[in-house]
Amino acid sequence: METIILFAPLVGAIICGFGWKFIGEKAAMWTATGLLFLAAFLSWIAFLTFDGVTEQIQILRWIESGTLSTDWAIRMDRMTAIMLIVVTTVSSLVHLYSFGYMDHDPQWRDGEVYKPRFFAYLSFFTFAMLMLVTADNLVQMFFGWEGVGVASYLLIGFYYRKPSANAAAMKAFIVNRVGDFGFALGIFGLFFLVDSINFDDVFAAAPTLAETTVSFLWTDWNAAELIAFLLFIGAMGKSAQLILHTWLPDAMEGPTPVSALIHAATMVTAGVFLVCRMSPIMEFAPMATGFITVLGATTAFFAATVGLVQTDIKRVIAYSTCSQLGYMFVAAGVGVYSVAMFHLLTHAFFKAMLFLGAGSVIHAMHHEQDMMNYGNLRKKIPYTFGAMMIGTLAITGVGIPLTGWIGFAGFASKDAVIESAYVGTDGGYAFWLLVIAALFTSFYSWRLMFLTFYGEARGDKHTHDHAHESPKVMLIPLGVLAVGSVLAGAIWYGSFFGKTNEVIKFFGGKYGEPTHELVEAVAERSPKASKLHYVMESKPGEAAIYIAPENTVLHEAHYVPTWVKLSPFVAMIIGLATAYWFYIVNPALPRQLAEQQRPLYLFLKNKWYFDELYDVIFVKPAIGIGRFLWRRGDGNVIDGSINGVAMGIIPAITRLAGRAQSGFIFTYAFWMVVGIAALVTWMSIGGGAH
Amino acid sequence: MIQADLNVILPEIMLAVYAMAALLVAVYTGKDKLAPMLVWLTAAGMVIIAAIVGLSGDGTNVAFGGMFVDDAFSRFAKVTILLSAAAVLVMSQDYMTRRGLLRFEYPILVALASVGMMMMVSAGDLMALYMGLELQSLALYVVASLRRDSAKSTEAGLKYFVLGALSSGLLLYGASLVYGYSGTTLFSGIIQAAQHGEVSLGMLFGLIFVISGLAFKVSAVPFHMWTPDVYEGSPTPVTAFFATAPKMAAMGLFARVAHDAFGGIVADWSQVIALLSLLSMFLGAVAAIGQTNIKRLMAYSSIAHMGYALMGLAAGTAFGVQALLVYMVIYVTMNVGTFAFILMMEKDGQPVTDIRSLGMYSKREPGRALAMLVLLFSLAGVPPMLGFFGKLYVLRAAYDAGLAWLAIAGVVASVIGAFYYLRIVYYMYFGDDESEALDQGSGTPVLWGFLMASAAVMVLGIINMFGVEGAAAAAAAVLVN
Repeated sequence: METIILFAPLVGAIICGFGWKFIGEKAAMWTATGLLFLAAFLSWIAFLTFDGVTEQIQILRWIESGTLSTDWAIRMDRMTAIMLIVVTTVSSLVHLYSFGYMDHDPQWRDGEVYKPRFFAYLSFFTFAMLMLVTADNLVQMFFGWEGVGVASYLLIGFYYRKPSANAAAMKAFIVNRVGDFGFALGIFGLFFLVDSINFDDVFAAAPTLAETTVSFLWTDWNAAELIAFLLFIGAMGKSAQLILHTWLPDAMEGPTPVSALIHAATMVTAGVFLVCRMSPIMEFAPMATGFITVLGATTAFFAATVGLVQTDIKRVIAYSTCSQLGYMFVAAGVGVYSVAMFHLLTHAFFKAMLFLGAGSVIHAMHHEQDMMNYGNLRKKIPYTFGAMMIGTLAITGVGIPLTGWIGFAGFASKDAVIESAYVGTDGGYAFWLLVIAALFTSFYSWRLMFLTFYGEARGDKHTHDHAHESPKVMLIPLGVLAVGSVLAGAIWYGSFFGKTNEVIKFFGGKYGEPTHELVEAVAERSPKASKLHYVMESKPGEAAIYIAPENTVLHEAHYVPTWVKLSPFVAMIIGLATAYWFYIVNPALPRQLAEQQRPLYLFLKNKWYFDELYDVIFVKPAIGIGRFLWRRGDGNVIDGSINGVAMGIIPAITRLAGRAQSGFIFTYAFWMVVGIAALVTWMSIGGGAH
Repeated sequence: MIQADLNVILPEIMLAVYAMAALLVAVYTGKDKLAPMLVWLTAAGMVIIAAIVGLSGDGTNVAFGGMFVDDAFSRFAKVTILLSAAAVLVMSQDYMTRRGLLRFEYPILVALASVGMMMMVSAGDLMALYMGLELQSLALYVVASLRRDSAKSTEAGLKYFVLGALSSGLLLYGASLVYGYSGTTLFSGIIQAAQHGEVSLGMLFGLIFVISGLAFKVSAVPFHMWTPDVYEGSPTPVTAFFATAPKMAAMGLFARVAHDAFGGIVADWSQVIALLSLLSMFLGAVAAIGQTNIKRLMAYSSIAHMGYALMGLAAGTAFGVQALLVYMVIYVTMNVGTFAFILMMEKDGQPVTDIRSLGMYSKREPGRALAMLVLLFSLAGVPPMLGFFGKLYVLRAAYDAGLAWLAIAGVVASVIGAFYYLRIVYYMYFGDDESEALDQGSGTPVLWGFLMASAAVMVLGIINMFGVEGAAAAAAAVLVN
């Protein structure tokens, strides 16, 4: 069954991409979509019937080279099962949605066939993503990792007639290379240290790694810290964390279904998945995870601030994605991998829906993306409005405070992240940044809603008058995702963020009694959390995630002070109120504020000047070096010398040889005699004779 | 005892007796009318003898007190010589008939030249060597000027004869020096006299002269000057013959003398041959660039190829000899195919040799153009054609023997040389369509067959080289020990 899930999208991609000429455009697209729905259906069966025990399904012997020996296999555990449903569900819905969205795309001329190509890319992406999440070893994962990179490149640059789309595609690819370099180094490092790239061996070796010291870049490192750090650099690139985040907003150049699938729900979460998958190593690398926490929190804050002032509807959601990924990394960083996966799961639903909803708005507004030209659309496109409202309620975390789980999907998972962050950092930096980010999230999400659906209709009147609800194929996916956005949090709260023993069981691990010292230590730290009954007993790698016995964040997070539990809710209310005041009560206020605080406004509007900074530090010098090497190195030195030899020296020798070939027999005899005289002379002077 | 000796030399005797009997019969009966039949008969005879030599012989047999040696090496060379000579004979029949060149002496002279060549590769003595060499050369001088009414052909024959006489003189002088300093003409005696560290200057001079004489036969620089003129002046089938069997024979003789007679002083001749190899590769590559006549071009091409073959010999190892033999077999096969193509180049029934006349040939004759493309790529040494593996073999041999500089030079020269091969491809596929087109469907099925077979071998041979490697290794093992 898992094999079918994995290969159905590939088959779809091949049939759709190469076979549409034979079976027709429509048939090709339906084949790809149908196969994905099949994969999604099977994934749900696999997820719901999964018993939590890790199993490996071998597909073929893959690499035999020296001590490097590895299978191509599916690692079926809880992590994989979660990712399978996320990927196949969103992907199949996006396929369906694309029937409506990609119809009559103004980017293409009449009669041009572009849809099968789009569907083939989508299916290919899905296959690569499934390769990534089902990987049983690091190289297989890297294959999927690069596969999704390629698919992302193809899809961002899908409108290849637009220079900006091509530039964005290249930017995404190149920025990801930086992260991939770290990832690759991490893989090399693991192979160097463990002599294997199979997850089982690597995880089993994790405790040893923590006691090993390696020399890297002229410094001695703790092996586990170094590996965790290098792998995280890979995750940073793919998940658009700070420093390597610049590609994600630009990636919105791609068609909106792509943004929903790749740049919101699935590919960008691969980094989070990687960190959680590597939890056995992360647990032994406190410094690296500390770094992950700080960077994740900073990203969440940074992206949220930038999101406050963007006016392009897709860019707002893109920064929101970037910010939410920061939340997931904080959760992973403080050691509650289950919560990171929880937020990943709920986020996939509501963020995909927000994107698809935004796509529906854009579709209705004839590919207008600037929110300043929207307004008062809720009557025109009621279903889209409803979906977007649910998405916004989910992302801002609306729910009944202190119950923990009664609320929209984002409520359960985001509060879980924030509470864990409070415990994991002792109420420090990451916690406060996340709370502030939650406030901002609420503000920009409601701002988006108010600007788009309320107030006065701005922009082109004609477009407004002709705004129309999207076709059914686009609304059905919105409906399905809406169900997920409402219920996902409540249903799986217990499995991901319930009692420690429940979570451990869900992820296929064994739990046991904590040691006496540990219980005392926890009780001393937080008296309310003194009833620690269970810790994980499984060895690293035996369960889908590994939680070291000393890591009691999951337990303690349930006993944080009440004000901590209330803080995200309060932040959400403040954000909502401010947005309401700014965009409904007094719409002139934002402009005044922007003018008063002009430097701050520009700073945010220009995304903290990251792109400009990179342009000066990296891009310009690189172009300069490239130009120099091209003009001087390639043009003058290489071309120059080859042309000189080929067009100057060789023909000259050819002419000389031709002249020597005079046709006179005495010349020939003369050369023979010269030859033998030279040889004899040489031998008598330099030869070995006496 | 004479009976045993004659048994060893039986294949040569059969061919020689056949040649003389055919001469008698032809003179007293139909003369030139018998020529076509004689061509086929001779070719068939050669194939049969090749089969006898290749299949029946085993071990090492010595005749006439060591003057004549029949071993794996000589058998390998003989089979190659006889098969290529037979192929060229068959290819030339139609061409020569239509131009009134096919005299009954032609197949007989080729048969006699082949006897000489067989003698050469089996020589175990300086006198046997010279006898074989002269038998071959005299026959070749005559066939070079076969077209008696053409100034170019007779000039070619004369040039070849005069320069050949000079080279024979050099060789004889060298042989006499070697005899003088070793006291014997037998290779087995010379090798004892010429051991490393105790070789006299006179012996070395003798060696140099012998090498020079042989270098003339393989047309190595600077003893190559005759080659372009003779290739251009001779009738094309004769050129094809020059480019194949005699080259194999001369290379075989070269290897035999170098290892059988002077195997004790490898270091001394190795550097000389390395120099000849270097010069040949570069001159062959550079000088051919200026040529538009495909026969002259092939002359320089063969000079360059002899350079590569000599690289294997220069290595001075058994693997080097194996590389040389493999290279020569591939070279001969390629040249048979290429000359089959050249023989088919006609306009209004007249032979054409200007490569510019091939403009857009691929449009008119896609199959032949493709076959020629394969052959030219193979000649240039482009992987995955067989020619590449031949080059790889000799380069490896040179590298293993510590002649890395020669191997690198060989690679550079082959890059330069690729230019003129690829230029022909360029003309065939992208060239000027305006040029006056060659005849379509010219040539006989025989020529077409040889072209296609040769091209097919270049592609299919990469699988296992049809077992030539193993035979070459066995041959080389006999020679170098």
